[in-house]
Amino acid sequence: MMALRGLAILLVLQAAGEALAHAFALPYPGPVLGMVLLLLALQVSWVRAPVQAAADLLLAHLSLLFVPIGVGVVTHLDLVSSYGVRLLAVIVLSTWVGMAVTALFLRTLLPSAAEGPCGND
Amino acid sequence: MTDFVQLWVYLASTPLFGLTATLVTYVIAAIVYERFGRAPWANPVLWSVVCIGGVLVVTGTSYPRYFAGAQFIHVLLGPAVVALAWPLWLRRSELRRRGAALTIAALVGGIAAAGSAVALGWAFDLPGDVLRSLAPKSVTAPVAMGIADRIGGVPALAAVFAVVTGMVGALSAKYLFGLLRIDEWAVRGFALGTVSHGIGAARALQVNADAGAYAGIALGLQVLLATLILPLAFHWLA
Repeated sequence: MMALRGLAILLVLQAAGEALAHAFALPYPGPVLGMVLLLLALQVSWVRAPVQAAADLLLAHLSLLFVPIGVGVVTHLDLVSSYGVRLLAVIVLSTWVGMAVTALFLRTLLPSAAEGPCGND
Repeated sequence: MTDFVQLWVYLASTPLFGLTATLVTYVIAAIVYERFGRAPWANPVLWSVVCIGGVLVVTGTSYPRYFAGAQFIHVLLGPAVVALAWPLWLRRSELRRRGAALTIAALVGGIAAAGSAVALGWAFDLPGDVLRSLAPKSVTAPVAMGIADRIGGVPALAAVFAVVTGMVGALSAKYLFGLLRIDEWAVRGFALGTVSHGIGAARALQVNADAGAYAGIALGLQVLLATLILPLAFHWLA
């Protein structure tokens, strides 16, 4: 029930975000504005427990939610066959560049960030 | 055999098919992932997409027909993006203390990821609308679609690129960070979340709580930064 109440809050805030984006022609998608609204709403104590229940459920299974869009690759098989190797090379290399730059940059910015070294993974 | 084909045609035409196929395939993929000790290559999103996509292609089932059922899972991405405020809220004291450093790192990392993708794509002679669809690939898929639409890309392509980027990050982060000797969980999680958004954050959460929390922060920051910056960047370039 808690998670259901939380889901209701999340949906109301997403709808509010969509409405704001539409009404003021803002460059942000509805859910992003909803996220900002939720950050404000969390100041109110009774919002927290239901939101936590719903957020834990949704974020624990976050990767499931990407499957329907991911399967959409079948609609672009022509593109994959003509540019597939180049596309994959671009995506892999830029992902590594992005992760390396972010990690090295953050490490120099946070000299005190050492939260215990770890062996693997 | 014809009975089976008729049964398949019937089942595949109801929304129940897409929903059931997605959930069952993912649950099995997740069990296999656990069985292999959460090895990066056993990523459940990757294998779910490969298996379901394979079935659609082999049986000639159209994507819209599949999506008629799968949309019930897809719809939850909206509230999931809203829910990202929760991990940010939980870490609010750290955010206040390290906010500037984290924002700068997310900004520089996001620009490096998007910039290198567009530059490499341009060097590899990819078409313009593909380049514009590549730019927002480090932002979580539902938001990437919105950004791609705004900068003249193809939303469906942007979503696929975002999902592939998420999987590449989730699959390779362990080895890349090992190579770079990055040991801090917070830094590893943050970098993975910045570049590989929700799929990277899901992976980080499964590996370490600190890494997961920082990946969640990074994912949220990237959504806010990229939505603001990418349309401006393409506006100036165009």
